Amino acid sequence: MRLIAVDSSGPVASVAVYVDGVVEAEYSVEHKKTHSQTLLPMLDECKKITELEPDTVDAIAVAAGPGSFTGLRIGAATVKGLSFALKKPVVPVPTLEAMAYRYAGVEGLICPMMDARRSQVYGAVYTWEDGMFKEIKKAGAYPVEEIIDFLNALGEGEDLPVQAILLGDGVEANLQSLKDGMLIPYMIAPPHMCRQSAAAVAVLGEKYFSEGKVVAGEDFAPEYFRVSQAERERAEKEKQS
Amino acid sequence: MSEEKNIRILAIESSCDETAASVVENGRIVLSNVISSQIDIHTLYGGVVPEIASRKHTERINRVVGQALTDAGLTLEEVDAVAVTYGPGLVGALLVGVSAAKAIAWAANKPLIAVHHIEGHICANYIDHPELEPPFHCLVVSGGHTHLVRVEDYGVYRVLGKTRDDAAGEAFDKVARAIGLGYPGGPKIDLVSGEGDPEAIAFPRAKVGDSVYDFSFSGLKSAVLNYLNSKQMAGEEVNTADVAASFQKAVVDVLVGHSMDAMKEYGGEILALAGGVASNTHLRSAMEEACLERGIRFYRPEPVYCTDNAAMIGAAAYYEYIKGNFAGWDLNAVPSLRLGE
Repeated sequence: MRLIAVDSSGPVASVAVYVDGVVEAEYSVEHKKTHSQTLLPMLDECKKITELEPDTVDAIAVAAGPGSFTGLRIGAATVKGLSFALKKPVVPVPTLEAMAYRYAGVEGLICPMMDARRSQVYGAVYTWEDGMFKEIKKAGAYPVEEIIDFLNALGEGEDLPVQAILLGDGVEANLQSLKDGMLIPYMIAPPHMCRQSAAAVAVLGEKYFSEGKVVAGEDFAPEYFRVSQAERERAEKEKQS
Repeated sequence: MSEEKNIRILAIESSCDETAASVVENGRIVLSNVISSQIDIHTLYGGVVPEIASRKHTERINRVVGQALTDAGLTLEEVDAVAVTYGPGLVGALLVGVSAAKAIAWAANKPLIAVHHIEGHICANYIDHPELEPPFHCLVVSGGHTHLVRVEDYGVYRVLGKTRDDAAGEAFDKVARAIGLGYPGGPKIDLVSGEGDPEAIAFPRAKVGDSVYDFSFSGLKSAVLNYLNSKQMAGEEVNTADVAASFQKAVVDVLVGHSMDAMKEYGGEILALAGGVASNTHLRSAMEEACLERGIRFYRPEPVYCTDNAAMIGAAAYYEYIKGNFAGWDLNAVPSLRLGE
């Protein structure tokens, strides 16, 4: 099983080469340059250093959303181009799930959140129960208070304190609200664990691939979670008239 | 490189609201030309919505590129390079083509060629015109650009004049909206003005003081709006066809006038038109007539190569290929890319 994995949904650009259960290379950059400038040079470097022959991969895994519209599209157009040239399918992996999967097996409430602007985050809550990874709050665009209320409610009346792990750039963007609002114990992920990782996309990608959850490159489109501003305003106008 | 080897370039264009791909041989022969227009969607909003355009490009890009290869009867392995428009244009829209083209070229182990959108428009004149070679002059007129250019050699451009404010096509869109013709304005004004009197209303022909070849269309647009306003205040009816025809005449007069002045100053023997507005029938015939009177050879692309397309990108890319001018994997979209840089 060989995968190329790409995540450019957030502030970090990340690519990985995953071969037979080994993350042979992962390259992540969070710097001033745009994902469009960094993504392919990073992939090229990973290819060279792992001596990967791109046409031997089984599929291309990608963080499919939510995320920055432009970031998602750079990733989407890149994997679609790879899929076209290599004639291999795309494995879409939900961005927040891949972020949470960095905490595989950890007890507690794993809560990735991305800054979605307009006073919202793209967030979700995951937990491990009897060795199973579960999404207990569906991924979506929420006011951060809704996430906080959800986490607090789960902690109520528990004998043992439930800990929440908060990660993603949505944490920095809403730090004060989180500090003020969180009633249950929580931990803010340290810098090496608080961002998107293409290795996590690859590992989940392998799982989805084995379940047959793949799409043809030509059919792949990111999950934006929001319509464009023009569409939203047009819908509002129609509602009023 | 042997003389017999035909160079085939797969070209991709996504700078505005057209997702396009094409295979072009030796810069002149179009083997395929696929254009997926989004015009129906953007018409709902009265103009191109960048976010929607970017999403549609992402959805459609693979099918468009695949169709271009199928129509050309070629596999990806059989093309010599991948070319893409990297600016100017809408950044989100450009990024889709740039990202996809880079990935395709990388995965297929082909060189990548970055093409300037306006150079592409100019090079559309090479298609089906094997005898056309630089030096020549070219007037590029579209929804986003109005440039009078001296093409000194392949890939060597000198901008003599450009618009200071609105592009010619933009003025068409704005005036069309004001007189109730809707979007896109260019073809609609072209059609309606056939029934109007171009001398009915004396709209201004703007001169830009310090630069003889620069254009300005915002004053003309304001004059049209003022005219409509004054008519409305006086409770008089507006003859839409006359307004359209008179406005169009004012634009065409300036475009032709500037071009002819430049031809005279530089002793130019060949003039080419390019860009979406180059398919305007009145501009085409007025420019052709002016050239004929002066013994100037006149070129214009077929209408399908005037509006945004990828064949013109493939034509421009060929001359970069010959020079070995290839782009790196860090190629980025440059929304405000200037010509000659």
